[in-house]
Amino acid sequence: MKKRAGIRSLLAGALAAAALVAGANMALAATTYIRGNDSDPETLDQHKTSTISEAHLMRDLYEGLVIYDAKANVIPGVAESWTVSEDGTVYTFTLREDARWSNGDPVTAEDFVFSFRRIQDPATGAKYATIQYPIKNAEKINKGEMDPSALGVRAVDDRTLEITLERPTPYFLELLTHQTGLPLHKASVEEYGSDFVKPENMVTNGAYRLVSVTPNDKIVMEKNEHFREADTVAIERIEYIPFEDRSACVRRFEAGEVHSCSDLPAEQLKSIRARLGDQVRTPPYLGTYYYALNTQNEALSDPRVRMALSMVIDREFIAEEIWSGSMLPAYSIVPPGIGNYVDNPPQYDWADEPLLDREDKAIELMREAGYGPDKPLELELSYNTSENHKNTATAIADMWAPLGVNVTYNVRDGSAHYAHLRDSDDYQVARAGWIGDYSDPQNFLFLVREDNTGFNYAKYRNPEYDALLDKAAAETDLEKRAEVLAEAERVFLRDTPFIPILYYSSHSLVSDRLKGWEDNIQNVHATRFMSLSE
Amino acid sequence: MLGYVVRRLLGAIPTLFLVVTASFFLMRVAPGGPFDRERALEAKVLENLNRVFHLDKPLWEQYLRYLGNLARGDLGPSFIYRDFSVQELLASGLPISMQLGGLALLVALVFGCVLGCIAALRQNSWVDYGVVAVATFGITVPNFVVAPLLSLVFGVWLAMLPAGGWGGGSPANLVLPVITLALPQIAIVARLIRGSMIEALRSDHVRTARAYGLPARMIVIVHALRAACLPVVSYLGPAAAALLTGSVVVETIFGLPGIGRYFVQGALNRDYTLVMGTVIIIAVFVVVFNLIVDLLYALLDPRVRYD
Repeated sequence: MKKRAGIRSLLAGALAAAALVAGANMALAATTYIRGNDSDPETLDQHKTSTISEAHLMRDLYEGLVIYDAKANVIPGVAESWTVSEDGTVYTFTLREDARWSNGDPVTAEDFVFSFRRIQDPATGAKYATIQYPIKNAEKINKGEMDPSALGVRAVDDRTLEITLERPTPYFLELLTHQTGLPLHKASVEEYGSDFVKPENMVTNGAYRLVSVTPNDKIVMEKNEHFREADTVAIERIEYIPFEDRSACVRRFEAGEVHSCSDLPAEQLKSIRARLGDQVRTPPYLGTYYYALNTQNEALSDPRVRMALSMVIDREFIAEEIWSGSMLPAYSIVPPGIGNYVDNPPQYDWADEPLLDREDKAIELMREAGYGPDKPLELELSYNTSENHKNTATAIADMWAPLGVNVTYNVRDGSAHYAHLRDSDDYQVARAGWIGDYSDPQNFLFLVREDNTGFNYAKYRNPEYDALLDKAAAETDLEKRAEVLAEAERVFLRDTPFIPILYYSSHSLVSDRLKGWEDNIQNVHATRFMSLSE
Repeated sequence: MLGYVVRRLLGAIPTLFLVVTASFFLMRVAPGGPFDRERALEAKVLENLNRVFHLDKPLWEQYLRYLGNLARGDLGPSFIYRDFSVQELLASGLPISMQLGGLALLVALVFGCVLGCIAALRQNSWVDYGVVAVATFGITVPNFVVAPLLSLVFGVWLAMLPAGGWGGGSPANLVLPVITLALPQIAIVARLIRGSMIEALRSDHVRTARAYGLPARMIVIVHALRAACLPVVSYLGPAAAALLTGSVVVETIFGLPGIGRYFVQGALNRDYTLVMGTVIIIAVFVVVFNLIVDLLYALLDPRVRYD
């Protein structure tokens, strides 16, 4: 008995291996998209992910209730339709009947409930759980004050999911496109524990399924035949290649070995554009590069000093000369092109004035505050190691010199820099950047709320500002809400806890052979909407 | 001989213990931790993570725990590759680094020895000056210049070889990284061989061999080269250990999945366990290769005996 079983399994194994080899050959012959990515994922467990490169992978492996289309518009995903209660706090989603996991199981409301509970469970250690805090009780659960079962997410039946929010949240659907809103295959997570992410165990519901993961080499995915729209997916196989060295991706692109790069060396942008023309894409990106001013510091507690420091920065010079046009000059904290905002977003009222006039005004402001060439202001500028951060800091220190500001530098690597901002309060000026997680001004303005201890590097405390954000949160009329948020941004610019310097733009190389890649402010590009021509 | 090897290997244990201890505590002196990133964490979440990875315990307790796990052959989980343990990462990366380093070493030995011998035999001729010039160039031009240049010329412009990538270890993908790794080694080996060969050719035993009327080829290969090899052998011990454990520059520029990158990635991201794992691997290689060097000495130099 035992022996026969052994032979049978051997035979089956041989057959499976033969099928695998044949399958691999066929897949290779069909379209394989070699896709450059910023780096390897820390993990493929979506609840523990936090980086943009991980988000690219997740978007191909999983499908949420709603998804981004090629142009980053929110469209129905697993949910075919939904209703929102009158007061804007209860969303009821109807799931598609044909939504399937890669093993053929139907995607059920229970899979979503499981996933939303798991991310808030403090035992999971999810870094991005805060994103889903608008869901009822999520914050209390994440802080260990409530049981995960108390979460406001409920499976009414297999195909009906009800999500209750703490308060109306106009950007909630946008939030659900984030990887924290993706479902998990409950049965396999429960069976394999943290090993559910291994290629042999992983069950996904997106357009692709995981084939293999080799750190520093590649991540291979193949089309998920059970995906509800599998027949519309043109690319059969994806090989994600991590590139820590941006130039290496450019070389391999030019050698025809990769079809797209997710980032480019900013300092070479001009020459790359000269060689590769329209294949270089640099659309605006949802992010701002700024200097945080520690408002608890004696000199920087004076808004006149903060304004003067902001006024004299020649942002055009920094964007063009230091960043080779790979960034855009910023005169506000909320980047342009964001959703749910007013048509003419606020910006510094001196933004269009000539730099020389601004410099005179700034010197006057500094004099009023008691600083000048005879009484110089000593400032320490902290930034994390990088050639461009260094050049930016040097240029800004030079622009500050006419104000009588003497700058000393404090340079640390990324981990040390951010740990320092978090744990200490003796820094004065600190570089930081913020890439929005969802397209809503709130995602930028909340950075300097008094209670946002994690990101309020300015230690800015203004009850008026916080009250405006609270008012916006309670407002269900989108236009009125946008007005309130714009009011908050005007307060922000008046007080300048952060000096906005540059807006990010995303930098990609996209082969002429790759069709369906649409530039968008979120820089999201799901492979299922693309195709490769010969 | 065997007794000597066993004694040396036992003697390596305290060395490794010191290396582990020193790197464990040095690593912790660096400010920040594995969870400090641009996006700060919720206090409760950070607390949980620290508990899961035992980072909330006092340092001495973490150290004892690490030693205990190490004794059981467990290098712990990685922080930056959370879906892998450090063993899994090293097990998949080490063979690749060893393959690249081994090939580079072989190339360096063959070319270095041949060039060095030719230069020594034609001392002060244009051949000699040529070899010395090339060797100086090979040592002074750093690999972060050579690697992109080779990739650009042979990968992009001439399109003869892949510009990068591992390609499952196909020979075409190996050529450029192996050349990059081998170039400076060829230069060093050639210079070492040249110097010691010139000395050996003037030594008493070679003169005696000449006096006996032995054929010139035999004198060079058997008598002179054997003695001339000694400095190369002692250089190659640490050099082989460094080559076989991977190069961060070559692996990053060519996109190769070896272990050379793990040390730097680990250090920058405060991936304590991954750094410890690579340090241990490197230490073991250094110890083993130093032992091999000493054993080779006994083979090459009749004056050295270990029994």
